[in-house]
Amino acid sequence: MKKNLLLILILFFLTQPAFSLIEVDITRGNLDPLPIAISPLHVDLKSEKVEGLKIKDFGVNISKIIEQNFRGTGLFNPLKKEAFVQKPDIAHLKPRFEDWRLIKAQALVTGKLLVKDNKLKVEFRLWDLTAAKEMTALAFTTTPSNWRRVAHIISDKIYERLTGEQGYFDTRIIYVAESGPKNKRIKKLAIMDQDGANTKYLTLGNELVLTPRFNPTNQMVTYLSYFRNLPRVYLLDIETGTQEVVGNFPGMTFAPRFSPDGKKIIMSFAKDGNSDIYTMDLETRVVERITENSAIDTSPSFSPDGKFISFNSDRSGLQQIYVMRSDGSNIKRITFGNGIYGTPVWSPRGDLIAFTKMRKGKFYIGVMRTDGSGERLLTENFYQEAPSWSPNGRVLMFYRETKSGPQGKGFSAKLWSIDITGYNERKVSTETDASDPSWSSLLSK
Amino acid sequence: MNFKTNLKNLILIALATLILNACSTAKKADGLDGDVYTGKETVEFLASGVPDRVFFATNKSSLTTKSRETLRKQATFLRKNKNLSVTIEGHADERGTREFNLALGERRANAAKDYLMTYGISGKRISVISYGKERPVNTESTPLAWSQNRRSVTVKIN
Repeated sequence: MKKNLLLILILFFLTQPAFSLIEVDITRGNLDPLPIAISPLHVDLKSEKVEGLKIKDFGVNISKIIEQNFRGTGLFNPLKKEAFVQKPDIAHLKPRFEDWRLIKAQALVTGKLLVKDNKLKVEFRLWDLTAAKEMTALAFTTTPSNWRRVAHIISDKIYERLTGEQGYFDTRIIYVAESGPKNKRIKKLAIMDQDGANTKYLTLGNELVLTPRFNPTNQMVTYLSYFRNLPRVYLLDIETGTQEVVGNFPGMTFAPRFSPDGKKIIMSFAKDGNSDIYTMDLETRVVERITENSAIDTSPSFSPDGKFISFNSDRSGLQQIYVMRSDGSNIKRITFGNGIYGTPVWSPRGDLIAFTKMRKGKFYIGVMRTDGSGERLLTENFYQEAPSWSPNGRVLMFYRETKSGPQGKGFSAKLWSIDITGYNERKVSTETDASDPSWSSLLSK
Repeated sequence: MNFKTNLKNLILIALATLILNACSTAKKADGLDGDVYTGKETVEFLASGVPDRVFFATNKSSLTTKSRETLRKQATFLRKNKNLSVTIEGHADERGTREFNLALGERRANAAKDYLMTYGISGKRISVISYGKERPVNTESTPLAWSQNRRSVTVKIN
């Protein structure tokens, strides 16, 4: 993954402040998506050939990925290319704003690329068609095989310029790939780009694996494995493939997550029928017990500043969400609504907690403030759980299982995403059935 | 001859069961008492007359009177077979979150283990493992299937 980061930002940023008229209000969801024209990038004729890559198609393919990313947000309406009036290279130099306005576009993306000395040089511009001016421009160089990431990075830059918020396209998802019958499910760790491309399987499926989660730098993953029939929390280095058990616990450890500084793993340890929350420092190996209660305490998640931990517990009789200081003091129950609550996950912005709610045979994904007020249920279904935040705190990804008939017929598990406004619910494309998604942070910051 | 008497007995038992079922409350229909499974489907045996599993109510890990009876039979069987070790698998239904279900399965397996220990079986002979909702025995999405999946199963390991 490091290798991919050798992406070098060069050339020009726009210096004069752009006082543009267009702006996307992302708090309202997809009520009025912004019409945007994404012109294919112009491929320089001097581009060299690279084995295994279709450089000629890069321009069209990159623009298609940007288009898909933008459509996926629900905030933009990418226009059909057939209606485009200018050639990519000419539009990139200086668009005829009136012509683009005619097809009702409000923003235009243009660009060009060149492959030389096994380097891919890309340049793009975002134009405000209403104000008839350039909003932002950027160029960078990377290896040609990185072309999909180029599309995601351009998408992030445009999203940031138009919404004022960090993007989330140059990211990956780690999840559990599922296959086989429901009573003998084969589960493998899998990793893919946010848009479903570049799927790689990290385990072979010989043992049951569950709940993978990225560390803050996206190089490590912590997860639960039933290796040798001993369910324990593991740590996996994605680049080297090295795996190790976390700690030396005489029983099941599960529900792992990293602390926001990446130095600790927080998890549950079950002993004699009682699950409590522990942390282990990955450097010093020091284990700390955080909760001590005869009820089940699990699904811990740190606040982004590391000062608090949310978790769920059935100490009141039924599963509810609690918040405490990171040393285990000052435990407060925050859910009092009808139903039972699980899987609290603190938003990367720190202002919200996403959760799963179960009530009257239905499962809901929702968000609330960190004191439990302002509960909003975003989606209702037969079964869904385990929300994971996009790095900008705008989108939640979770998994959904269908109701099955006799012998498990019709059973499936899929990843879904939804905007925290409750709009734009979408199925996330995966090669196989999938569950337990965990969203990475931005790969290039 | 023997076969015939057996068949006769079987028919008598079936009739008796039918009558008993008719007498019992509606709650017990489908082999459910409240939401605890009381039927015989899915049940296997460690030895003749020694069922291998007990069932639980939703979100609960307390043992019912019937579960205790089953576990006492298991304890008697284990006392007679001193060299035998077992693993108790704890399971949950699919109607909970994955992580909570892992904890719940562990608590259920330990409830069964503790009971065997109070009946004189050494804890050293019993290991526990929780599968949460990962290994359903009945894969249909119905209240009956869920009740059969909320279970702890005693498995011989040597």
